[in-house]
Amino acid sequence: MTATHPSPGLARVPLSLTPTNRKEFVSDQEVRWCPGCGDYAVLAAFQTLMPKLGIRRENTVIVSGIGCSSRFPYYMDTYGLHSIHGRAPSIATGLALTRPDLAVWVVTGDGDALSIGGNHLIHALRRNTNITILLFNNRIYGLTKGQPSPTSETGMVTKSSPIGSVDHPFNPVKLALGAEATFVARSLDSDRAHLTDVMTRAVQHRGASLVEIYQNCPIFNDGVFDGLKEPDSPAIIPLRHGEPIVFAGGTRTVVRDPDSGRLSVVAAGAVGERQVVIHDEASDDVAQAMAVASLTDTHGLTQSPIGIFRAVDRPVHDDEARAQVHMPTAENRIRDLQSLVTGHDTWSTPATPTAHPEELHRGLTT
Amino acid sequence: MSTTPLDRVVIRFAGDSGDGMQLTGDRFTADAAAIGNDFATLPNFPAEIRAPQGTIAGVSSFQLHFAGDDILTPGDRPDVLVAMNPASLKANISDLRRDGLLIVDIHDFTKRNLAKVGYDSDPLTDGTLEDHELHAVDLTGLSVAAVAEFGLGRKDAARSKNMVALGVLTWLYSRPLEATIEFLEKKFAAQPAIRDANRAAYLAGYHYGETTEDFTVRYEVKPAPLAPGTYRQITGNRAMALGLMAGAATANLPLFLGAYPITPASDVLHELSRHKNHGVLTFQAEDEIAAIGAALGASYAGHLGVTVTSGPGMALKSEFISLALMLEQPLVIVDVQRAGPSTGMPTKTEQADLLQSFFGRHGEAPAPILAARSAGDCFDVAVEATRIALTYRTPVIVLSDGYLANGSEPWSVPDIAALPAIDANFATAPNTPDGRFLPYLRDENLARSLAVPGTPGLENRIGGIEKADGTGNVSYDPANHEHMVKLRQAKVDGIARSIPDLVVDDPSGEADVLVIGWGSTWGPIGATARRVRRQGRRVATVHLRHLNPFPSNLGDVLRRYNRVIAPEMNLGQLALLLRAKYLVDVESYSRVRGLPISPSEFEADLTAIIDGKDTP
Repeated sequence: MTATHPSPGLARVPLSLTPTNRKEFVSDQEVRWCPGCGDYAVLAAFQTLMPKLGIRRENTVIVSGIGCSSRFPYYMDTYGLHSIHGRAPSIATGLALTRPDLAVWVVTGDGDALSIGGNHLIHALRRNTNITILLFNNRIYGLTKGQPSPTSETGMVTKSSPIGSVDHPFNPVKLALGAEATFVARSLDSDRAHLTDVMTRAVQHRGASLVEIYQNCPIFNDGVFDGLKEPDSPAIIPLRHGEPIVFAGGTRTVVRDPDSGRLSVVAAGAVGERQVVIHDEASDDVAQAMAVASLTDTHGLTQSPIGIFRAVDRPVHDDEARAQVHMPTAENRIRDLQSLVTGHDTWSTPATPTAHPEELHRGLTT
Repeated sequence: MSTTPLDRVVIRFAGDSGDGMQLTGDRFTADAAAIGNDFATLPNFPAEIRAPQGTIAGVSSFQLHFAGDDILTPGDRPDVLVAMNPASLKANISDLRRDGLLIVDIHDFTKRNLAKVGYDSDPLTDGTLEDHELHAVDLTGLSVAAVAEFGLGRKDAARSKNMVALGVLTWLYSRPLEATIEFLEKKFAAQPAIRDANRAAYLAGYHYGETTEDFTVRYEVKPAPLAPGTYRQITGNRAMALGLMAGAATANLPLFLGAYPITPASDVLHELSRHKNHGVLTFQAEDEIAAIGAALGASYAGHLGVTVTSGPGMALKSEFISLALMLEQPLVIVDVQRAGPSTGMPTKTEQADLLQSFFGRHGEAPAPILAARSAGDCFDVAVEATRIALTYRTPVIVLSDGYLANGSEPWSVPDIAALPAIDANFATAPNTPDGRFLPYLRDENLARSLAVPGTPGLENRIGGIEKADGTGNVSYDPANHEHMVKLRQAKVDGIARSIPDLVVDDPSGEADVLVIGWGSTWGPIGATARRVRRQGRRVATVHLRHLNPFPSNLGDVLRRYNRVIAPEMNLGQLALLLRAKYLVDVESYSRVRGLPISPSEFEADLTAIIDGKDTP
């Protein structure tokens, strides 16, 4: 019996017999993102994370869609599949259903996952298939040269929105929570330690995990996350399970209004009667996570919670599906199939010396 | 009472879509099978589950042709029509042959119901049916009376009228009662009242036939001397499901089906979903695209990936089919064709997705295409599709249609263990002298090396971007692209080397006219050819299972005849392909009515063609 990973998410994925190192996960392909692209930082964090997981390299599959971030699999020396726009979650679902011994990652972007592939994303999350989705959110279509994406701020001026975009942006975390996703997190390309932690938690979670990664596009949307990149940035609301939600160097805090239940941000000294919110990622009630996610300013990003919004257990789609299936032994399989093909209502025609089929046809009308 | 032997009978059961006509037809078919008759069926029903009651739009029918000899089609003009209400009489009476037997349930023949379907006077009494042998019977009344003791409501009591009708016909055609009684006992085991009511109604119909003096003759159709073997009744959709299972078993791979519900393909999903204890994993996806996506994922994972759909679903899947072609990944795509375009007529048959299968994709995207010719043939075609998909690392399109999907016929049960083994031939070791693994190195069939995730040392990346030959790395090199485009085409063309040559059926050996078909026109073409030959005329026929690539000798076959006629349930799609590829003046014989081509109509037209008297 091969040893497998101790975490629920990778419970049936075999461990490597010998330690692996970062270099083994780097493919021989030249990385072709623009200089300064946030994707480099995510790739580096990912390549560092992989040997730490300790699972076999050949048991990792990365599936991507279309877009800048979706080139990711080419740069990892694992199994990889660069597919078509928006559809990676469907391929990953087929993989997860059939192969519990694989760690299945989906790498996608804001256009790929939330626009053309929105349907597949919500259904993968709803079903709770055991896959880990990394959503690189740069709030722009990069590969097609700068059109507004479903996360771009309203009013954004681009070649396809010269007078300003009139679209309202998605909050990907709220979308995932709305689908009752069991693991939802947000991180930043520039915060390697945090990103590594969150990705590790995500892959170790059994079920569908979504990690939204704020990722800078230096060409078409440069600096859009700058407000979040300073240490102790007042715009970042760090989420730590079991701890009060406090940020901006301890000067601001999140409180719940006892009457309406709504969350709001107040100065640390002005809490008054209201209750300081203790972050609870394990709450069964999705409303709590949804309320925290609502603190995100999806337009200007003047404020954004970062961390794990929700991590709960719920029956896992592919586990349940496989539990219904029983594969007979190779020998029994043919025998069982023969019996099924034959069915219960058969009749036999004995061999008769005269009845040659061609003769039977003769003289018939139809 | 005398019993008259008959060679063959065509019966059509017609009623409201809630009247249980499909069940009645199925039962009568099962009895024909049990007796050993040959048979062919044509269920014909509206897409609406419960169309407005008593309207023409809501009429559902089931036609069964059963015979004491070998037959090919469900027949075109019924000998017997059972009409359960005015609408079903109106919709079907013009098809009933002169002197045909007409059994009508008079219960719903009220002024209001007659007016609803446009009858000015009562056809049962105004003399318009005098060309037929009319039996006007209160089947509903018989049903209500027969089930009175079981305490059902009036509506439920009347519902067993289909069983009364079945009972009458069971008596009329000298069938044993036991099989249907056994069937009812099993089907309604959990609802004793319903079970007993149906049983009583069935027997009431039988006894009505026996005691009434309305019927003067009983009939009997002897067993058909089919080729020796063990037979069962099978529909195309069930045969397709079993064939996919057999293909996977023969390749020793687990079977994965990704599907989204769509008429008339859903029964393949339903059938395979019942066989989880045979190792079949089915996944009902959120849409047609995800269905093929998951199947592709499963294929990549080392399973036999399959998706089943109909025309509109094919359109949605086309981008994924192109990806599978680019990846060169095995996949089986079943299109159970229906009348289109758009929603069209979902429950009616057509074969107008041939050109979509050939060309309905972006870029140069050749896919192997197969078509089943009969319900039972769906099994063989599914196995063949598996062979091609795995041997050549390619998506394969399998065409069935609504007629084959729901129609049934006797089927010689195949020996699964005797099916030729299919070797998935997954790579387990590096394939270059220097110990690397190149996923696009090819074998003699031009099939690429395929490593399944979990195989150590063979990690590789594949994708939809053009790839360098051999390594599979991203390549924008102009010469490489042209090379790869030609290579993918050559691989599909090369499948022809594994396909047997076509054999023309021409008993005279001197025919001038060749009829060429594909798919479900096989039955009507064969039946028509028999009729024409019986008149003393000569005609040759040939039928295509492989549509892409075509069998190697097809060009030679076509050029051997003065005239080539291609009957199709479309506007001439095969004819277009043959003319383009072989420069032969193939003439299209086109019927797109949502029904199989009528052998009697085609007989007249083909006779004129053979005699050179057809007018263009």
